[in-house]
Amino acid sequence: MTPSDSGPQVRLHIVSGKGGTGKSTVAAALALALACDGKRVLLCEVEGRQGIAQLFDVAPLPYEERSIAVATGGGEVYALAIDAEAALLEYLDMYYRLGRAGKALDRFGIIDFATTIAPGVRDVLLTGKVYEANRRRDDDGTPEYDAIVVDAPPTGRIARFLNVNREVAGLARVGPIRNQADSIMVMMRSRRTAVHLVTVLEDMPVQETIDGIAALRESELPLGHVIVNLVRRSPLDEPARKAVLDGRLTADAMAAGLGTAGVRHSPELVEGLLNEAVHHVERLELETEHAMTLDRLGVPLVHLEQLADGVDLGGLYDLASALREQGLV
Amino acid sequence: MTGKARTAPGSRRRSRARSVSTHPVAGASHALDVDALIHDDHTRIVVCCGSGGVGKTTTAAALALHAAERGRRVVVLTIDPARRLAQSMGLTELDNLPRPVEGVGTPAGGSLDAMMLDMKRTFDEVVEAHAAPERAAQILTNPFYVALSSSFAGTQEYMAMEKLGQLSAQASGRWDLIVVDTPPSRSALDFLDAPARLASLLDGRFIKLMLAPAKGPARIFSAGFGVVTSALNKVLGTAVLRDVQTFIAAFDTLFGGFRARAEKTYALLQAPGTAFLVVAAPEPDALREAAYFVERLTQEDMPIAGLVLNRVTVPSPGLEAERAQAAAERLDDGDGDDPLVAAVLRVHAEQARRSSREKQYARRFAGSHREVPIVAVPALATDVHDLEGLRQIGTLMAG
Ligand SMILES: Nc1ncnc2c1ncn2[C@@H]1O[C@H](COP(=O)(O)OP(=O)(O)OP(=O)(O)O)[C@@H](O)[C@H]1O
Ligand SMILES: Nc1ncnc2c1ncn2[C@@H]1O[C@H](COP(=O)(O)OP(=O)(O)OP(=O)(O)O)[C@@H](O)[C@H]1O
Ligand SMILES: [Mg+2]
Ligand SMILES: [Mg+2]
Repeated sequence: MTPSDSGPQVRLHIVSGKGGTGKSTVAAALALALACDGKRVLLCEVEGRQGIAQLFDVAPLPYEERSIAVATGGGEVYALAIDAEAALLEYLDMYYRLGRAGKALDRFGIIDFATTIAPGVRDVLLTGKVYEANRRRDDDGTPEYDAIVVDAPPTGRIARFLNVNREVAGLARVGPIRNQADSIMVMMRSRRTAVHLVTVLEDMPVQETIDGIAALRESELPLGHVIVNLVRRSPLDEPARKAVLDGRLTADAMAAGLGTAGVRHSPELVEGLLNEAVHHVERLELETEHAMTLDRLGVPLVHLEQLADGVDLGGLYDLASALREQGLV
Repeated sequence: MTGKARTAPGSRRRSRARSVSTHPVAGASHALDVDALIHDDHTRIVVCCGSGGVGKTTTAAALALHAAERGRRVVVLTIDPARRLAQSMGLTELDNLPRPVEGVGTPAGGSLDAMMLDMKRTFDEVVEAHAAPERAAQILTNPFYVALSSSFAGTQEYMAMEKLGQLSAQASGRWDLIVVDTPPSRSALDFLDAPARLASLLDGRFIKLMLAPAKGPARIFSAGFGVVTSALNKVLGTAVLRDVQTFIAAFDTLFGGFRARAEKTYALLQAPGTAFLVVAAPEPDALREAAYFVERLTQEDMPIAGLVLNRVTVPSPGLEAERAQAAAERLDDGDGDDPLVAAVLRVHAEQARRSSREKQYARRFAGSHREVPIVAVPALATDVHDLEGLRQIGTLMAG
């Protein structure tokens, strides 16, 4: 059972995870999956790294929503690189009509100060833009986007990033920033939001996932799926792994097999191949341990295989269908 | 390779570290000699940098242990080590000070101290050391300071360099080699850039503007000032503005000190006794970033010792991927152990293919960076989370 089976459908998907585990890749695949069957989906990034443009192999994205991909069945993915400074200027202009003063603020280095040092302001601006896109309606009142996916900061910072309320507490007890933070919080904690954590089957990413789940719970933020990425398929099934580890596959049997296959072999080659298999099984066992740790967490999991040739556009579509098949969408 | 191929049934096989220790990368002009680097008494500081998750912390700790067991008196500064590794190095005290690591072989006269960076604490200590108690207290509780010291992007990098400066100042007599880990940086040498970025932010016009009223009859009513303060009041409220002013005024005394120390650390990094090790995984992304690091370090006159290519695949030699694959297919329909042998051959074919891909990436890097010596460190089957594992990596790295 997945969270989307019950209750209202999730509209806002936040993708986090340890650095390098595949957050950007998964966020892009998820956007494509959500856009199937004619839906409009917005894919946002917030760290100024132009990861989306690289993934889709397009020119760097401006602070402006633009279509970057068509999904299976005709839906469309739009992309937006959210920039805190641009968002602040836009915000000031929208709510205070501070067009000119905004520029003056910039000249005095205040925009820089506000978006870097002022506690929480940066995150309020970044999540605030997501909030605005999420609320936006067409003239006839239908939401502009059917779903929004955010390629978010890594697990270590995710609860802080989303919990803007707590962050700006030191800054503003009342006033416009506070109100903005309150509205964002309502959206973040809603049942139509899900925070997904990407991990791989290694020690530190799994530990970070566990810590991340605890941090989300503590902040009452809704956990979606844990996405286990870069899962490797092995030529060795369970009995074969056992046979390799406990030495049932002997050097003589190995040599005989190589002989049957017509491979010329030395004792060194036989020893080398057996050693390699042991090495491989040890790694698999470690991965199995990590997989069991994740299973025990009792949170919904989905798995994505490691694509042999890395991630290209075709690969993103493959990952998108894998996400659909496993019911994440 | 020595040793028997056969293990008695029932006893579990354990893979041993490969005897391959130097793993020449075609195209590199020469191999990186890590032993020579740490045996050279002139080497006083080694900085391990690289993109996220490539093995910076592991390399730093392994190198430090290796050097200590070869007679150097070493302190290693780690950043967010994996929990188990931290425990095995005794990094459980959170007092932001180096402590001796137990279980280090010291017959050669060396020693190993280790610490884990606490960035907020390091920042607090700087404030406490450079401001009068009353002023320090004011700064430490200011919300802007709290945000700056705990979540400003770049503070960790900045504080790592600050700590390096401190360790270096305390080193004489106690340590003769400092090994520094760096935070996972993302397409940037943040530890080089963060101090300057923060200093320029704190030196900026805004700060001057906010300080001006406090400093008496300055030209505060310059064009734009009125617009700016009224805009700020409108958006933030006056209480916030007051906090900002307190923060900036209180920090004013420290700015000069920060800048001066950042410059000193920068000079330390350029000094001849410093060596940068760029760590990378044999993958296109990591190597692309490594190339960027090498170029930046070169531009900044930082001495690069070489590239550590970590977690390389070392297939057992003597059988090419295609032949292993073909042999596996011939055995698929066989009986007895044939399918098992086929599966083992497929494992080998995969490893061999992966290895040739990795070599190709490494060659590409080496081809465009001929001046950078490279050492390859094989991937161990298990994680590196104890001294034994670190020792193994150290030996593989140094040969
Ligand atoms: N399923 C997959 N199969 C193969 N390669 C993958 C897969 N998922 C991710 N990768 C590769 O792993 C690397 C890291 O992925 P990605 O950039 O998405 O991670 P990230 O978590 O966004 O990283 P960062 O923390 O740096 O933002 C990339 O080179 C990507 O192509
Ligand atoms: N040569 C190796 N063989 C096997 N495992 C390794 C090797 N080097 C590192 N590892 C493992 O890889 C993981 C990441 O290593 P490490 O923590 O050193 O990377 P890092 O670059 O410091 O990461 P971060 O950027 O998150 O700080 C650890 O679990 C470590 O045990
Ligand atoms: Mg990313
Ligand atoms: Mg590290």
